[in-house]
Amino acid sequence: MLNQLTISELTKKLAQREVSARETMQSCLDQIAKVDGKIHAFISHDAADALQQADAADKELTAGVKKPLLGVPIAIKDVIAVKDQPLNCGSKILGKFISPYNATVIEKLKDAGAIIFGRLNMDEFAMGSSTENSAFGVTRNPWDTTRIPGGSSGGSAAAVSADECIASLGTDTGGSIRQPAALCGCVGMKPTYGRVSRYGLVAFASSLDQVGPFTKDVRDSALMLSAISGHDVKDSTSIPHPVPNYAAALNGNVKGLKLGLAKEYMVGGLDPQVSAALQAAVKQYEKLGAEIVEISLPHTEYAVATYYIVATAEASANLARFDGIRYCDRVPGNDPIELYSKTRGHGFGPEVKRRIILGTYVLSSGYYDAYYLRAQKVRTLIRRDFLNAFEKVDAILTPTSPTAAFKIGEKTGDPLQMYLSDIFTISCNLAGICGISFQGGFTENPKLPIGLQLLGKPFGEETMLKLAHAYEQSTAWHKEKPTI
Amino acid sequence: MEYEAIIGLETHVQLKTKSKIWCGCANEFGAPPNTNVCPVCLGMPGVLPVANEEALRLTILTGLLLNSTIPRYAKFDRKNYFYPDMPKNYQVTQFDKPSTVGGFVEFEFNGGTSRINLTRAHLEEDVGKNFHFDRNSGVDFNRAGVPLLEIISEPEITSSDMAYEYLNALKDILIYGGVSDCDMEKGMVRCDVNVSIRPKGQKELGKKIEIKNMNSFSGVRNALNYEIPRQIEVLTKGGQHHQETRRWDDVGGITETMRSKEMAHDYRYFPEPDLMPFEPTDAWLAEIKTRVVELPLAKKQRFIKDYQLPPADAQAFVWDVPLGSYFESVAKKSKNPKAVANWVINNLRAKLAENGGSLADLKFKPEHLVELIELVDGKKISSAAAQQVFAEMFTSGEAPALIVEKKGLAQVSDTGAIEKFCDEVIAANPKPSADFKAGNAGALNFLKGQVMKLSKGKANPGVVGEILEKKLKS
Ligand SMILES: [Zn+2]
Repeated sequence: MLNQLTISELTKKLAQREVSARETMQSCLDQIAKVDGKIHAFISHDAADALQQADAADKELTAGVKKPLLGVPIAIKDVIAVKDQPLNCGSKILGKFISPYNATVIEKLKDAGAIIFGRLNMDEFAMGSSTENSAFGVTRNPWDTTRIPGGSSGGSAAAVSADECIASLGTDTGGSIRQPAALCGCVGMKPTYGRVSRYGLVAFASSLDQVGPFTKDVRDSALMLSAISGHDVKDSTSIPHPVPNYAAALNGNVKGLKLGLAKEYMVGGLDPQVSAALQAAVKQYEKLGAEIVEISLPHTEYAVATYYIVATAEASANLARFDGIRYCDRVPGNDPIELYSKTRGHGFGPEVKRRIILGTYVLSSGYYDAYYLRAQKVRTLIRRDFLNAFEKVDAILTPTSPTAAFKIGEKTGDPLQMYLSDIFTISCNLAGICGISFQGGFTENPKLPIGLQLLGKPFGEETMLKLAHAYEQSTAWHKEKPTI
Repeated sequence: MEYEAIIGLETHVQLKTKSKIWCGCANEFGAPPNTNVCPVCLGMPGVLPVANEEALRLTILTGLLLNSTIPRYAKFDRKNYFYPDMPKNYQVTQFDKPSTVGGFVEFEFNGGTSRINLTRAHLEEDVGKNFHFDRNSGVDFNRAGVPLLEIISEPEITSSDMAYEYLNALKDILIYGGVSDCDMEKGMVRCDVNVSIRPKGQKELGKKIEIKNMNSFSGVRNALNYEIPRQIEVLTKGGQHHQETRRWDDVGGITETMRSKEMAHDYRYFPEPDLMPFEPTDAWLAEIKTRVVELPLAKKQRFIKDYQLPPADAQAFVWDVPLGSYFESVAKKSKNPKAVANWVINNLRAKLAENGGSLADLKFKPEHLVELIELVDGKKISSAAAQQVFAEMFTSGEAPALIVEKKGLAQVSDTGAIEKFCDEVIAANPKPSADFKAGNAGALNFLKGQVMKLSKGKANPGVVGEILEKKLKS
């Protein structure tokens, strides 16, 4: 089954012409045909275009062209612009919008030879933790289709986990890559802020958003990161930091590396089975020669509140352009204000409206200092917490999510509960550091994936990947597949 | 009671860059609608701004020209409001950390020099333009993303005429510095006016009323000429003003309420997360300092003082920068800069205009003009002859002395020769001679002219006058 292969397995076979890109692409399309009716990871996909790209890749492969991802089918979250493809952001407001340009990450993946296909489902404008807030219906968890896949990049996680593609791209603003990766049992990484260009990523919260990969193992995550990283002249917030060959760092040797455990993360509400998985991982890391160090991140309790102020404030401005004037499904009005209200009232879902209202409020005259300005100050303190901790440790180990995947509809009535499921992932975005979620075991009855998270220093992806890889290779969790 | 007006101006100026502020689209006026656009300036989903460095340089240059402080830290902010000409429904501008702070504009007013202090100048993006047709409306986004500098004056202007002179002086400075073409017809300069009225002598300001929609400097003056008496009348009738925004109706010649304070926008400014703060380095600032030019008023005053020029001549050189520079290069070598100015303005400029030539390819050297003036001042040639010499020098590039010799234009001051001419003229014109003797002084000029004619213009007219008079009175 070619669609089940990892990037490193597949590229070897493709280079040796053991298999063709067309066969691989076809096997992904077959899997979509077979399971996506149950999973609904894809909003849409253009099979003919994908196969055409596969044929072009085969031609290059036959000609002996060497590119790191040549012929690898990669599916894309619906918030990243791909030229001539629909760009809906999981919302109905964009209507039949077709992107006139490619995101920089797409250009980079194309340069690396990847086959870019499909629009993956997501919470509307990446706002949510369950992919239930999509205008295109819910995505289901491949391990248990009565459960959510996590969010907002639920489609990206489910597609990789269900072997509907070899890898995918998602975006992470407060855990939107790592949490669904954990809940679907795959690897998801949020790179350091500025590591990957945001040009062509439809902004939710500009100072927090980052594009990152979903893969079947840690090595693939490293391969994807090398392909999409680097300074981009089109993104003033991307940082000109050299791009190493991340996969070369994966040597299994973690002896002497220091892993931090934050005492503030030992919170109530943590599922005992998740807690047990974390403890097991701690033991495993000690066995591998890493040193465990207790650390403190004193401002952790303010992270969720800070996040929901900063993120919603930025979102309230970022989403203002969806007004029915230049694009979007316009609902006519007698004057511009009525046109805006009707278009936006009709086009946005309830969670997006909630966050726009919240963001507008915290920026309002008279409230700015108390909310937005204070949140920015706390954000600085949170970043300082991490930089202090990284003086003592090389990375921080946490669960990715306090629980395994919950039932569809279980938390939709309680936004606050939903927000709290992001407590381990949110600080990473506020601090601008990197984080990765990888397989840390399963719960029993039902059997659901448990994700572990490593948080790394700014531009500390190599060490973080090395640590995740060493654990992964010393266990067999990542080899298990869901039965759909 | 006597009232006084207090006026502050917010002037928006389009910067003279090749491309727009966040993208590579041309910054160009007059292209067909929506042809100078791209995903970035259309505010398509997912695009990001990248600051145009020349726009930042021109902003700093403006600050230097306007005597402002250049902060070592500036940033961009988002100003949120919905309007169809706004691609993103927020405008990227500078809120609390602008690129220039303070400064002043000096200009001639009421026979003296006035100085208006500036609050700041900040860089922002221009928006698109709405068009209304019979049955629908359209937006042209060609202008969206053109770099715009907003220059804010302190409320120190006290009359409509002063506002008008301030604006003209500001425009002159910006054109002079190469910051903007300031073409009003093309909408490159737009301004908003804040005006309040208070009893003369009162310290605190009256309620501020903003006027928008003036599309020329005279429009600003007209709006103020309407608005100031209107506000005074309200107060004298015992009424009160409320903070509001009014619109100037250029056709009707009146201002009318646009929105009250209650309807004022809450712009919800916050730092633009897509752009890094702007922290100019010493080297970068030093490079911009090399682009600073002498301001028009300073130059005019210096020309008047250093070269004893009449104000009109000095102004002419301020306006025509290359001509002014040429004048200065000659004047520095000459003992008679005033004469240099006369030659440059009255002769050289006219010659260039009729021949379509430029100062760069003049045939004669600056030294030749100096020499020509010395010949006239030394009474070596008459001014009539000097005209001929100049014309020849302009065409051939030959030295004046050579031309004088070749054409035999040297002035005759030899009294013997002139006496002979005078005798001939008096003999041939008995009636004018008699008239002069009878007290008609004007007749002398006629006789003088005849002598000059006889001498083929070479006789020294001063000497001719003296000799004629002496002979006729004796
Ligand atoms: Zn553009």
